[in-house]
Order: sequence, then C-alpha cells, then structure tokens
Amino acid sequence: MPEANDTLIKLEGVKKVFYTDEVETHALSEIHLEIKKGQYISIAGPSGCGKSTLLSILGLLDSPSAGSYWLNGQPVANLTLSERTRIRNREIGFIFQAFNLIGDLTVYENVELPLTYRGTGAAERKQKVQHALERVGMAHRLRHYPSQLSGGQQQRVAVARALVGDPLILMADEPTGNLDSKNGEAVMELLRDLHRNGATICMVTHDQRYANFAERTIHLFDGRVVEETQEAHA
Amino acid sequence: MEPLIQLRNLEKTFDTGGNKFFVLRRVTLDIQPGEFVTFMGPSGAGKSTLLSIIGMLDSAWSGEYYFLDQPVHKLNVKKRNELHKANIGFVFQSYHLIDNLTVFENLDIPLSYKNVPSKERVSLVCDALDRFNIVGKKDLFPSQLSGGQQQLVGVARAVIQNPKLILADEPTGNLHSAQGEEIMKLFKRLNEAGTTIIQVTHSERNAAYGDRVIQLKDGWIVSETTATAHAG
Repeated sequence: MPEANDTLIKLEGVKKVFYTDEVETHALSEIHLEIKKGQYISIAGPSGCGKSTLLSILGLLDSPSAGSYWLNGQPVANLTLSERTRIRNREIGFIFQAFNLIGDLTVYENVELPLTYRGTGAAERKQKVQHALERVGMAHRLRHYPSQLSGGQQQRVAVARALVGDPLILMADEPTGNLDSKNGEAVMELLRDLHRNGATICMVTHDQRYANFAERTIHLFDGRVVEETQEAHA
Repeated sequence: MEPLIQLRNLEKTFDTGGNKFFVLRRVTLDIQPGEFVTFMGPSGAGKSTLLSIIGMLDSAWSGEYYFLDQPVHKLNVKKRNELHKANIGFVFQSYHLIDNLTVFENLDIPLSYKNVPSKERVSLVCDALDRFNIVGKKDLFPSQLSGGQQQLVGVARAVIQNPKLILADEPTGNLHSAQGEEIMKLFKRLNEAGTTIIQVTHSERNAAYGDRVIQLKDGWIVSETTATAHAG
C-alpha cells in the first residue's frame, strides 16, 4: 500500500494474459509503475508491445489478470464492473487518436457529455463546459458541429471533454496520430500547458518527437518495461 | 401526402479569394415520408454537404428548406437543433462511438440530451439492445467489437428514439462486404417499418437497397433514377 500521498498511480506485478485458441499471450508481464500527482509520463514502444493494453488497465477500461493497482490510494484491480465504471467516469479523462466526437452533437454538447452522467446541475454544467473550452481555446466555437472544424480543432474539443469533469489524470492514446505535424505540435503544446498548470498526464505514443514533451518516458518491449528515461528540460 | 423534405434552390458557396465557388447549386428536391433515397456522385460533388444541410448540422447556405411543415431556413440555431434532435438519427462512416463508454452508455447518449426520465432511458436502451441482438455486448467497449458490431451499435443509437429520418454517410465504408451487407439489410428493414432513409454511398450495391438514386456532380443534381431492384 503506498503511503506517500503524492502518489496517484501505483502498479505492482501487473500482468495481462489473453487466451485465444488455447494460446496464451502475455500482453503485460510484471509491470511495476508509480506515477506521482502532476507528472507527465509517456509510454513508448513498438506496435504490439503492450502500450495500449497498459493504458486500458490504467484507464480502468480493462482489469489486470494478476497484480495490484492503486489509484489515489484506493485498490482498483478487483472492482466490480459498476464500481469500475463509476470511478472511470469520474476520475479519468480520455483523449483518443480518432477524437471520438459525435457528429450530430455540437461542440458544447460533446464537451458536456461526461457531466450528464453525474447529475451535475445545469448551471454548473454550463460554467464547467465554458471553462474547459476556454482552456483549449475553443470557446468561440461552441455552437459548431465537429464536421465544421479542422482535425486539430476537433482534438482540442476532445481535450476539453477530457478535462471538463476535473479528472485525476488524463489518458491520451496516440493523440496526434490523425493530425498533420503542425496540428499535432499544437495539441502537444496544449497538453504541455495543461501539465504546467498541474494536470497529471499519461500518454501513449510511438512518435519519439512527442514522447520528449513528457518528463518521464517508460519504454515497453514485449510486455515489459525495458527502460525509463527522464527529460532534462521538462 | 405532404413531403417530409422540400428543398428549393438550395445553394452553398465558398469564397476563394474573391471568387464564388459553388458547393451546391440550385438544388430543388422533394423527399416523401417512407422513401429510401441514395445520393451518389464523384468525390467533391456535394453529397455529404447536402446530407449535412438536410441534417441541420450545417447552417451556412441559402435557399428554402422545409422539414415537415417547418421552414428550416427561417429557424434559429436553437430551433434547428431541437428539430433535428427530435426527428433525425445519424449514422457515420467511422461510427462515432466513444471508446471509454460501454455499448450501453453509448446508446444512452442521445437520451441524455433530452428530458427522458432515467428509468425510461434504461428501458429504451434495453429495448434497443434486444432489438439489435446485442444484449451480450452491453458492458463491452467499442474497441472490443468488430467494425460490423460497432456500426450495429451506431445504427442502434441513431434509431433509439424512433426518428422519422435516418441520414447515413457512407455507413458501410469502413466495413468488410459481409458486414456491410448486414448493415444494409438492417436499413432495409427499418425502411420497411416506415423510417425514411437518405444515404450517401459510392456503392451501386448499397444504392440498390433504396428506391431512388440522385446523382450529383459539381454541386448540381444531374440525374434521378429509380434504383435497380437487387436480388437480396
């Protein structure tokens, strides 16, 4: 059990095994990892090394086959489905490669989405959505639909949606994967600004340029942490 | 019967350095309730733009558009939003599901924007899960489903409030042919049960599921034909 209260995430001996046609695939073996509040960490490695599986477990989208996971001091490796859902929807903000915006909802409605699951009152919802859109520089587009925005703008809206519920941590899965380099860079700068203002971020990327935006990089290979590097300038 | 949709001289332009570029030009079109209409044409012909305008997701155009008895061209953004939310379901090529929400939660999204009491929401979602045979998938995340299953959830979400109209933009564009065919058969059944459908597609096979094909080119409607009946 972690004692220091600045530890946000602690994994001990986490394993993930998939069974297909009687073949065991060890997607993750013996992962030990600690993420402190306010850190910006990236998970790097080649395709199939276990990055996305690890992010799914950290994001409570999946549970480990073995091992322990504490989120903000609370053990979460063996929760019931409904407890896992409740904690996930409250405590974790997600950013995906394909933005995951809904085309027939406005920018405002897309950002409001996580709040509608919490019984947040209308006035508070409005204020939080407005604030989240201001943080990503998209407050002037709230009545637009996603198809009226560029890819970079859509990802900014997705970042606002991830932020709106004041999550403990932002999980970003290849957030620049569908963007050109200029827009990709802008989204990375946005994440860096959020981090400088206190956000804890965990990002999966295979793009080395962008891994350097994080202060810590965990390198995965064949389901194991093979190396950890620190960015000097971060 | 009164048309569901009446478009009169609908136009959309872009300004490119002083020159007017027409995305849609003098589009006049009626669509009757219960029709299954296909928009076809080369890339850049204006098909998806027209679908967006009919769906009230795009408001930068001129001309007249009546949806039922409502003059859409005279409505403000708020009224347009209310009108499309109450009557139109959208199906997108890339599904537009949210990866950190379960199938159940994704289906609940359109209901969470209406004043549907939560008990009724649960029962509507359960009905949809039943109807589309995806009860066993309700706690899974989109990434745990095949493309065909994800689009099935996409269609289920579009029809959860029994819309009068379904708009589908290349709904099988990301699917294998067998999965695509399942989705098209599903549209056919929904249409036979009374829902009006407009799809955009490049596929002659998909067009054959509908009853009318409208060809666009360079923003103009260039031809209108009755769909060739398909074998299935």
